[in-house]
Amino acid sequence: MRANLRNVTGAIRAKRANVVGEMPHWEQLRDLGAALKDDTLADLPDRLLQLERSVQARGGQVHWARDAREARDLVALIAEQHAVTELIKVKSITSDEIELNLALEERGIHAVETDLAELIVQLSKDSPSHILVPAIHRNRAEIQELFNTELPGEGQLSDDPAALAGAARRYLRQKFLTTKMAVSGVNFAVAETGTVCVVESEGNGRMCVTLPEVLVSIMGIEKVLEKVEDLSVFMELLPRSSTAERMNPYNSFWTGVTPGDGPQEFHLILLDNGRTNVLADEFGRQTLRCIRCSACLNVCPVYERAGGHAYGSVYPGPIGAILTPQLLGMYDKNANTLPGASSLCGACYDVCPVKINIPQVLIYLRSEANVQKGLTAEALAMKGMKFVMAEGWRFEGALKLARVGQGPLVRGDAITSLPGLLGGWTQSRDLQPLPKEGFREWWKRRGQEPAAASGEADTSSESKERV
Amino acid sequence: MTTGTLPTPSSTPVSTAQARLEMLTLINRAVAGAERPPLPPYPVSAPQSQAEVLHQFEDRILDYKAALTRVPASGAAQAVAAALGAVRRVVVPSGLPAAWLEGGSAEVVRDGPALTHAELDSIEAVLTGCAVAVSETGTLILDHGPDQGRRALSLIPDLHVCVVREDQLVQTVPQALARVAASVREGRPLTWISGGSATSDIELVRVEGVHGPRRLHVVLVGD
Repeated sequence: MRANLRNVTGAIRAKRANVVGEMPHWEQLRDLGAALKDDTLADLPDRLLQLERSVQARGGQVHWARDAREARDLVALIAEQHAVTELIKVKSITSDEIELNLALEERGIHAVETDLAELIVQLSKDSPSHILVPAIHRNRAEIQELFNTELPGEGQLSDDPAALAGAARRYLRQKFLTTKMAVSGVNFAVAETGTVCVVESEGNGRMCVTLPEVLVSIMGIEKVLEKVEDLSVFMELLPRSSTAERMNPYNSFWTGVTPGDGPQEFHLILLDNGRTNVLADEFGRQTLRCIRCSACLNVCPVYERAGGHAYGSVYPGPIGAILTPQLLGMYDKNANTLPGASSLCGACYDVCPVKINIPQVLIYLRSEANVQKGLTAEALAMKGMKFVMAEGWRFEGALKLARVGQGPLVRGDAITSLPGLLGGWTQSRDLQPLPKEGFREWWKRRGQEPAAASGEADTSSESKERV
Repeated sequence: MTTGTLPTPSSTPVSTAQARLEMLTLINRAVAGAERPPLPPYPVSAPQSQAEVLHQFEDRILDYKAALTRVPASGAAQAVAAALGAVRRVVVPSGLPAAWLEGGSAEVVRDGPALTHAELDSIEAVLTGCAVAVSETGTLILDHGPDQGRRALSLIPDLHVCVVREDQLVQTVPQALARVAASVREGRPLTWISGGSATSDIELVRVEGVHGPRRLHVVLVGD
């Protein structure tokens, strides 16, 4: 998995640098993108009401969902009104956020993912690990095996990506031509006109928003823009940051219902699900500028090594580390550890097309998490550590004590298992025991015994263990 | 704004009226006092000559592995026929200029009355015009006017031949959007096409042609 990740993130980083380099005014474009998003967010109540009016004026219906459950219920209700038992979907991370597929399945409605990577993830009963390339953790051999067992009538496919994509085309074409209802996410929505936009590559998005009779699009409330012209800023920023292309193959824009063209019933669901909390926080609010490009994942040294699943959240990578805890609230036990998963190297901020200062928000959220936690064992241990390390004599004494204390734990040359809470540290790694003599002790003794043989090696291992 | 004065549109189902009120209240509270930042000007690319724009467009289209033929106005029909090649049937929107079709060998199927999805799926190619094209990104923008037809037309057949007049070509995305903004305000859909359908989902290897037309052929016609 790491090799897949390194290949892919490395390749896309180089491509992105190329296409961004073609735009001499890229930095001003980022400034404008950030300002437009902030501007719209500051006026969000008016923008959403304007969007609602515009969509309704063009024959669309608008629904408001406070949380994931309400959004899921709305989709299921619309499906049930049309007696639909199977619907088609465009890749939508918002629908993953509200766990739509599972909820529909429980009500007897099967949601078919039509994005190739999402299909791979769905057929292998897996979960996405990248915003843009959800199956980034799967290589071609794995996909070949999956399609050979899961796609009916395909026989033995080669592992050529073109052959695998061809199999997906044949499998999904009948679904596109005959399915009555589709669900999509939303990249942008224009308040002024009620226009909704979906950006994609394969054409499955065009199929889903064009061919069915009923279309339901789910959008986070932060996706709204004010004017039609604002779209061009983001159509310049998003593809270069996301797929590292000058423009992605297909962008679809539609407004309510177009008589004689496309779905004749359109529903737009406006989703809160924690977003108003983020909005209420003056510092964290910038997170809502995010246009889900995934540039921050591709440059992140932590993401490259850990992969998307390690975050345990729908939104992986640096943006996930700040978005998820804010959406769920800092009291969420997994989410509030996410801001810790960063070395604060700042690469994510550099590439963010809407200039979200991810490192600063991370630091801010870490302090929030500490306030939430109150006095924990970790905080106590750190306090104790501070006391011991503040004075040299206390530290030396503690080391001597530790050397005696570690006795029963040392197996061979290593400590392979720590007791109690500390056990987590040794689950996947060994710890070097403290050496028999520390640097300071060796330094004191140095005059009497010149050329102490093992001195240097000891000091380096000792300094590691102090951390 | 106070939430008490909010209009409740009749089409909003009862179940979401309460949600709407509550969400708007929370959003109002959340952004109270938030300042709208000054908007910086839209940065403008250095303008290129018409010849450079044409060259750039050609370069970008070929970079997407799509085909491009450049002809004078009098050569449009011949170039279209060549692009269609051995195609047996081609579907066209009802408002397509007749001059583009002269002398071709393919059977021409007009989308009027509207064909079914299955009928469209049985036709190999589609011929359309476009509203505007962008050289910097190699993008064709359809606003589904009379010479472009409804969206399904340029989506289901496997080969899309698109005629672009040189005067429809602009350099940048904001210039293009300015040209189609009126269509959007009228409620017309837009389709932006940059090369053929493609995926990079398997090991980030770009595969041309997944669900949309697998082949795109641009016929660039002089003034």
